[in-house]
Amino acid sequence: MNTEEDGAIDPLNASIAEIKSGEASEQYLTFFMGKEEFGVDILSVQEIRGWEPVTPIPNSPEHVLGVMNLRGTVAPIIDLRMSFGIEERRYTEKTVVIVLTIPTEKKSKIIGVVVDAVSDVCSFTKSEIQPSPELTQTDQAQYVKGLGSTEDKMVILLQLTECLMAAPKGRDKQRQLKAG
Amino acid sequence: MSVDLSQFHQVFFEESHEGLDIMESALLNIDVSNIDSETINEIFRAAHSIKGGSGTFGFNEIADFTHVVETLLDLIRSDQFVMQPDNVDLFLKSVDCIRTMINELEGGSTCDTEQANVLKQQFEVLLDGGFSGEPEQSDASETKVSAKDETGGNGWQIYFKPDIDILRTGNEPLRMFRELAELGELSVSAVTDEIPALGELDPEACYTAWNLTLWGDADESQVKEIFEWVVDESELTITPLSLGADRHAQTESPQEVSLEEPQVQDLTSNAAPQNLVSQNLVSKNVVPQAPKPERPKAEKKAGDAKKESKPESVSIRVGTDKIDNLINMVGELVITQSMLGEIGSDFTVENLPKLMAGLEQLSQHTRELQESVMSIRMLPISFAFSRFPRLVHDMSQNLSKKVELILQGENTELDKTVMERISDPLVHLVRNSLDHGIESPEQRLAAGKDEMGQITLSAFHQGGNIVIQIIDDGAGLNKDRILTKAIEKGLVSDSDHLSDEQIYDLIFRAGFSTAEAVTDISGRGVGMDVVRRNIQELSGSVEVESTPGSGSVFTIRLPLTLAILDGQLIRVGQNVYILPLISIIESIQSYDQAIHRVSGGCDILRLRDEYVPIVRLWEIFNVKPDSKKVEDGLLVVVECENIKVAILIDDLQAQQQVVIKSLNDNYTTVEGLSGATILGDGTVSLILDIGGLIKLAGVSKEQYKKVEHTDDSEAA
Repeated sequence: MNTEEDGAIDPLNASIAEIKSGEASEQYLTFFMGKEEFGVDILSVQEIRGWEPVTPIPNSPEHVLGVMNLRGTVAPIIDLRMSFGIEERRYTEKTVVIVLTIPTEKKSKIIGVVVDAVSDVCSFTKSEIQPSPELTQTDQAQYVKGLGSTEDKMVILLQLTECLMAAPKGRDKQRQLKAG
Repeated sequence: MSVDLSQFHQVFFEESHEGLDIMESALLNIDVSNIDSETINEIFRAAHSIKGGSGTFGFNEIADFTHVVETLLDLIRSDQFVMQPDNVDLFLKSVDCIRTMINELEGGSTCDTEQANVLKQQFEVLLDGGFSGEPEQSDASETKVSAKDETGGNGWQIYFKPDIDILRTGNEPLRMFRELAELGELSVSAVTDEIPALGELDPEACYTAWNLTLWGDADESQVKEIFEWVVDESELTITPLSLGADRHAQTESPQEVSLEEPQVQDLTSNAAPQNLVSQNLVSKNVVPQAPKPERPKAEKKAGDAKKESKPESVSIRVGTDKIDNLINMVGELVITQSMLGEIGSDFTVENLPKLMAGLEQLSQHTRELQESVMSIRMLPISFAFSRFPRLVHDMSQNLSKKVELILQGENTELDKTVMERISDPLVHLVRNSLDHGIESPEQRLAAGKDEMGQITLSAFHQGGNIVIQIIDDGAGLNKDRILTKAIEKGLVSDSDHLSDEQIYDLIFRAGFSTAEAVTDISGRGVGMDVVRRNIQELSGSVEVESTPGSGSVFTIRLPLTLAILDGQLIRVGQNVYILPLISIIESIQSYDQAIHRVSGGCDILRLRDEYVPIVRLWEIFNVKPDSKKVEDGLLVVVECENIKVAILIDDLQAQQQVVIKSLNDNYTTVEGLSGATILGDGTVSLILDIGGLIKLAGVSKEQYKKVEHTDDSEAA
C-alpha cells in the first residue's frame, strides 16, 4: 500500500512520464468488482453515490435493477457485476453506484452502474494501454477497451455502451423460461 | 467586423415562416374588387421583412425573388397597378415558392430557383405590362423599375442622396462606398450644395449627396444590395455607363446566354431582340401558362423537402404578459418563502396557525406557478387552424366543389407539442371531409341543399381535454358501403351484428378505403388508421358521428398537455404504479358471482350487461402481489381503443398530478409503460400504458368481440 509520501511523488512521476512520452494521458476512475480492478474514463463519470432502493422495471433483464431518481432524471441502474458474471454481493449502504454518461447516436444517456467499491483515479498514457487479448465471444468482451498496466497492478479499462442495458443473449432465455 | 450570422439563421427562418403565414392568410382574405389598403400593407410589410432578412443573411435567391414580389405589391399599394384575381393566385404561388426555398435552406441544401424564375418571369411581365398600359406613372418609380435587373456593361453611374437622418438610423455611407469599391474601381464626388451654414448645421444630420462612378463588371443587383437598407429612404439612381450599349453589341455571347435565363427577359437594353418585346406585349396582364406543367413537380418537391427536413422547432414565442405574470408569481413565492423561514427560525406552538396559513399559501402559489408555467407552452389553436383556409381554397378549386370554411374557437389554447403533432391528422380529416364528405354543387342542389358546402373546424375545452371537431354538411358516411367494403376486405364477417357506431368506427381500421377512385387527395387506404394512431399516441381519441344526407362530425379529444397527467396511484405488492385517471372507468371490489372462468385461463368479469376480461397486473409484470386471488384484490376497469379490461390490483392509493418523465431518455421503451414519474418522497413510480398492457395480456380486439359474443350466446 502507498504511503503518503508515495502519494505525492506518484502524480509527479506520472506527469514527467507524460512529458517524456509526449502524449496526453487519460485519466480513469477505477473500481473493484470481485477481485478485479476496472476503470472507466473519468470524463464520463457524473457522480458517485451510495446505494438506494430502486424502482424495478417489469420484464426487464435481470441485471437491470430498476430506475432511480437522480435529481429529477429517471435513470436506469445496472448491476455491472451481474452483467460481467462476477459473483454477486448484497446491496448494502456501502454498495456504490457510479453514474455515467454513455454516448449514443442521438444524445447521451445517463445510467448508474453498481460496483463493489470505488478505488482510485489513475492516469494511463496511450503506451501503457494494451489492447485487450482476444477474448472469447462473450457479451462482456465488447465493453473492454484495453488493459492499463502500472507497476503494481493491472486495470481492465471499460468502454460501456448502450448495449449494456439490453438483455444478455443466454441469460434472457433462462429468464424467460423462469418467468414462463 | 465579422459576426457569425449563422447563429441568427434559425430566427430568420422562423420569422420568415411567420411572415409567409401572414401573407398567405391576408392574400386569402383579399377581395379583389374592393382592395383594403391595410391588407395590402400587411402583405407588403411581411414580404419586405423577408426580403431584408434574406438579404442580410446572404440568401440572395430569396431576396431577389421577394424583391419582385415586393415591387408589384408596392405598385398595388400605391394604386399604380390594379390587382386581378389571377394575381392573388400568383402571389399565393410565390408564397409557396418562398416557403419551399426557405425549407430548402433550413434543411441545409441550396435553393432551387427553377420555380422562382418561372414565377419571377410572370411578375416581370405584369410589371412591364402595368407600365405600358398605364402611362400616368410617376417618373420616379418608372426609373426605379426600368433600371432594375439590367446587366452591368462595364460600370455604373450612381447618384445617391441619402435621407437627412441616415446617420441617426445607424447607416454609414462611408462603409457602403467601401463595399462598392470592392466591386470595382470607384470614384466618388460629393454634392455639397445643401450643406447649411455652420450655425444652422445639425451635426447628426447628413446633408451631402454623392455622385459615384463604379468601373467594373458588377451586377446591378450587387450594387443594389449595398444600398438595400437605405434605398427606401434615399434618392438613388443607378444608370449604366453610356459605353455599355456599344459593349453589348460587341459581346454577343453573354447576351445569348442571358436570353435563355428568364429572369433577365425585360432587358431594356436596345440590343434586346424584337420577339421578346412582342411576347411581352401579347402577354401583358395575362398570366402565362408556362408554369402549368411545372407545378406538380414543384409541389412534389416541396413535399419531399418537408419530409426530409421537417425541423423540430426549438424556440417558442411567449407573450410578455405571460412572462410578467410569471415574475409576479415568483415574487409572491419568494415572499411566502421568507415568511415561512421566519416562522421556522423561532417556532413556538402559538405560531402553528400561522405556519399552516403559510403552507396553504405556498401550495396555492405553487399551483398557480405550475399553471402559468404550463401556459407558456400553450398556444392558441389558430396556429394549427391557419393553414386550412388555404388548403380548402386550393382543394375546392381542384375538386370543383364550393366550400366555405368556418373556424370556431381559434383562441382555444393547446400545448405546443400537441399542436405540432395534431396538425397532420387534422389536415387529413379536413381533406377527407372535402373529398368524401362534401358533394359536388350539382349533387347538393339535387339534394335540396345550398350549393355552397360548409366545413366547420371548431375547438373548445371540455374538462381537462381539448375537443376539436371537424363538421361537414355533406352526404354523411355511407353505412352500407362501409359494411360491404369491410366484409370484402375481411375486416368483419357478415354474420356480425354491428351497431351504426361500430360500422362508422370501421373507417379507422387499417387498410380501409371506400373511395372508388384513388384520387390525388385521399383514398389511398392509408389514412384514417394513421390518423387514429397519431391521435392515440397523444393519448387522445377520435370518433365519428354521421347522419346520412346531412353530414358527419369527427370529434378529436386531446389532453391539454403531454407533460402532466392526472394519475391514480395503485399498488401491487411492493410496487406502486400510476394509472392515467382519464382511462379509468370505475373501480370495484370483486366478488365471486361476477367472475366467470372461461376455459383457456381467461377470466371474465360481468359488469352489468358487459363482459370484461380480467388482466392480472402481477402476472404480466412478473411481480409478487399480496394475494394472487382475484377475490382479494380490487378491479379497476379501464378503457383503451374501445376495449375494456379490468386490471387486478392490490390497493388503490392517492390521486395526484404527476409530471411525466420519459423512460426512453436514459433507458429504452418498456412495453406496458408510458413513462415514469417522481413521487413526493423522491422515489420513481412507473406510469402504466393501458394499450400496451392490453397487448401484453394478449387481449386483442377480435378476441374481445368473440368473447363478448360467445357469452351472449351462452346467456341466450
